[in-house]
Amino acid sequence: MRDFSVMTDHPTLSVRGLSIVRDGKALLGVDYLDLDGPGPTIILGPNGAGKSLLLRCLHGLITPDRGTVTQGGQVLTDKVRAGQAMVFQRPVLLRRTVAGNLDFVLRRRGLSRSARRAECEELLAQGGLSDKARQSARSLSGGEAQRLAILRALACKPSVLFLDEPTSALDPQATQEIEQMVLRASDQGLRVVMVTHDIGQARRLARDVVVMHGGRVVEQGLAAQMFAAPQSGMTRRFLSGGLMV
Amino acid sequence: MQDFAQQFTIALGLIFTGDPELWAIVLLSLKVSVWAVFIASLIGMPLGAGLAVGRFPGRRALIVLINALMGLPPVVVGLLVYLMLSRSGPLGVLQLLYTPTAMIIAQVVLVTPIIAALTRQVVETLAVEYDEQLRSLGVSRLSSVPVLLWDGRLALMTALLAGFGRAIAEVGAVIIVGGNINHVTRVMTTTIALETSKGNLALALALGAVLIALAVSVTGAVSVLSLRGERQGVGHA
Repeated sequence: MRDFSVMTDHPTLSVRGLSIVRDGKALLGVDYLDLDGPGPTIILGPNGAGKSLLLRCLHGLITPDRGTVTQGGQVLTDKVRAGQAMVFQRPVLLRRTVAGNLDFVLRRRGLSRSARRAECEELLAQGGLSDKARQSARSLSGGEAQRLAILRALACKPSVLFLDEPTSALDPQATQEIEQMVLRASDQGLRVVMVTHDIGQARRLARDVVVMHGGRVVEQGLAAQMFAAPQSGMTRRFLSGGLMV
Repeated sequence: MQDFAQQFTIALGLIFTGDPELWAIVLLSLKVSVWAVFIASLIGMPLGAGLAVGRFPGRRALIVLINALMGLPPVVVGLLVYLMLSRSGPLGVLQLLYTPTAMIIAQVVLVTPIIAALTRQVVETLAVEYDEQLRSLGVSRLSSVPVLLWDGRLALMTALLAGFGRAIAEVGAVIIVGGNINHVTRVMTTTIALETSKGNLALALALGAVLIALAVSVTGAVSVLSLRGERQGVGHA
């Protein structure tokens, strides 16, 4: 089992004055947000709340119209971003074998052939995919594909792992497997920031929660406190299952 | 009808007895077309991939142009290459006119737009799908090109085979720049045209049969590759 504790000191992700406007409509407006502590941090909110957009800004996939994102006080240069990895809602797997998908990332890290093989085997065992190493990645089931996407992200040796609703299209069994992988990675010291609109999942995984609605952060805090006594009316409505329109 | 049957029997005899003239023509045709497709792929694939992932002024216009060039009339290409290679042309000093090299050049001009346009379609489809994932993994736009070409390899094989199909069946351009010289530049299509006009149907029929067999093989290979790619989800856009 890989040990992430040696590779991370939980860098703080900071957002200042972030704004994205499209066609005159403010899609994202986050004035101030610090994500610190070990996580997992769950970004929670209804569809269209701006969760995925915020995650992409944190990962540097989208450049905001205004504002800055920093990690450990550093702006998101290529070097900083190399310490991040992201898993998408729909896993995008290369048209190669399962092992080939991992090898692609390991090769980019400049590892020798033998080191790549060893790490690949270790990762596949970790994700329960050892018997599918030579199989085409595109023939995996939804849950297996998402597990491979997570393993590939872990192969980058990131200090921060972003996950954008990784279980939204999965059945309960596959969801449980993904959640176990996420918790295991977090327990081993990897900083996890995950987007979901599933309140139950947030309760199962979160150490701290950011609630979003209409492109804005409406509440942030430790999960236990927030679920017990939400401060914002919007959060209360969302947690009680009310329609957020 | 009886005469036709007789000619057909002779044609089969030419094929199955390994008639040296027939097979020399077939080999030259294959040599010219394979070289043309090889060179066209060296130009067309990077060009298509560059058009798919590049962002520069005039890109759209270039894509429209490449697509339009897919329908280039072969005789016009033959004429232009002829003018370039003729003694008074800019490349006349190379003395390539009426050589297999001239025929290869003409076919490269015809096939490159096909390979470039199909490559662009394949790579662009993949690029859209892979965009965020590759950027997330720190792969730059330029470095993504070999990744996209590799992952689209089966679909790109289809592009190559389509180019080969065009090249091997081409007659107008190669007859102009090759001159249809016996044992030098005579290929299957030009021989079929010549022998038919002479009334020597046996050789024309034999070459026609080989040409059809090649065309069917190419189409079959394209279909098999496409099906395999779809089934396995490997290397198929």
